[in-house]
Amino acid sequence: MSKYLLNKFLFTVDRDPELVERYREEPRATVEWWEGEYANRILNCHDGESSTWLRFDDVEREALAAHDYPRLFELGAHPFLTLTLFIAMFERDHPPLGFQTEYARRLSHMRLPYPDIAT
Amino acid sequence: MAEVVAVIASTHHPFYYRASTATGEDRPPFADEWVRKVEAFRETLTRARPDVLVMVGSDHFHQLWLDNMPQFLIGKAPFYDANFYNEEREFGLPRMVCQGQEELSSYILREGIDAGFDLAFSNELRIDHSITCPIITLRPQNDLPIVPVYTNIFAPPLPRPKRFVQLGQTIRELVESWPAEQRVAIIGTGHLSLELGGPRQFGPHGPDPEFDRKAVEWISSGDIEGCLAEVTLDSLHLPGNATHGFMDFMLMMGVAGEGRKADYVDTYDLFHTMEAYFTWYPDGGAGA
Repeated sequence: MSKYLLNKFLFTVDRDPELVERYREEPRATVEWWEGEYANRILNCHDGESSTWLRFDDVEREALAAHDYPRLFELGAHPFLTLTLFIAMFERDHPPLGFQTEYARRLSHMRLPYPDIAT
Repeated sequence: MAEVVAVIASTHHPFYYRASTATGEDRPPFADEWVRKVEAFRETLTRARPDVLVMVGSDHFHQLWLDNMPQFLIGKAPFYDANFYNEEREFGLPRMVCQGQEELSSYILREGIDAGFDLAFSNELRIDHSITCPIITLRPQNDLPIVPVYTNIFAPPLPRPKRFVQLGQTIRELVESWPAEQRVAIIGTGHLSLELGGPRQFGPHGPDPEFDRKAVEWISSGDIEGCLAEVTLDSLHLPGNATHGFMDFMLMMGVAGEGRKADYVDTYDLFHTMEAYFTWYPDGGAGA
C-alpha cells in the first residue's frame, strides 16, 4: 500500500490544468497512463533519473479510477490534496459550496480517529 | 540592533481577497464586517512603522513535497514570487512578487543553526497563501522586504508543539540581536479549529467552537504553559483534521513571550472557520 503514491497522483494532477480536465473526463484511462508514465518520475530530478518500484495496489487504483474520494479518505490519502483536486473537478457542477457540503455528507460515516495520513 | 516593533498572529483565510473585492450580487453578506475588522487589524501594523516583515507560514504542498520535506525552512532570496495556479483557481488569489531581506535571512539561518535548529533554506521559494493572505490583509501595498519562515504543520511526522514555541522564542531573540537599525514586525498565520477534506468541513461555524474559545484565551493571555499542557500532536486531531496549523499560533506565542497579553484581539465567526487577529507591541505601543 502506498499512501505516498496516492498523494503523488493527487499532487501532480492538481497542479496541471490539462491533467485536471483529463482526470475529470477519463479517470480510468488517466490513472492507467499516469501509473505507467508518471508514477516513477522523481519530481525534483531531471527527466533522465527515475525510480523503479512505485505502483498502486488494486484497491488504490480502483479508488482513483472511480473518483471515489470517500475511499481515498479511508485509505489515508492526504485530505487536503484530495479536497483541492476534487473541488477543481466538480465544484463547477454544483451551486456555491454545494460540492463541499456534499463531500462532507459523503464522509459523514467517518469517526475519530480518522485514518492515519502519515507517509 | 534591530527592534521588534510588532508581533502579529492571524488566521489566513484564502477567501478574504475574493470576498472583500466582490461587488453586487457576488458580495457575500459577511464581507463588509470582515473588511472593517481587517482594516482595523491592519492599522495595528501600520502604526508600528516596520521596515522589514518576518513572515511565518506553511506551504500547502505547493513547492515543498514529500520527496524532500523540511520541518522548518527559511527563505533566502532577493525576491519571492507568490501564489500558485490552484490558488488562483480555487480562491481567486492574484499573482504577486515580494521583495526579500536577504541579510536578515542569512542572519536567522546562521544564528538559528547555531542555536540548535537545523534549519533548511531555499534560494528560490515561491510563497503561497499562508504568507500572501497576511500581506493582502495587513500590508496590501506590499512594499516591505520579507523573510519567509515555513513550518511543517501538514505532512506528518510533525515537530511537536513545544518545538514551535521554542522556534518562536529563538526567532524573537535572533531578530533582536540582528545588528541593523531596522524596525521588524514578526507576523505569523495559522488556524484555529479547522477541517479540510473531512466530514466536519464547511459547517456553519468552525468544527470545534469550544476549542476556538480556549485557543483565543491562550493566545490573548499569553498562556504558553497552559496551552502546552493541553495541546499535543494527538489532541490536535480532535478539533478538526487540519487543526495542526494552530501550532503556528503557538510559535507566535513563543515570539510574543510567556504571560504576555496581546494588546489587540479580535475574532470573527464565519462559516467553516473562525477568524482571529492578535497584535502585541513589545514596548507596549509607546514607540508606535
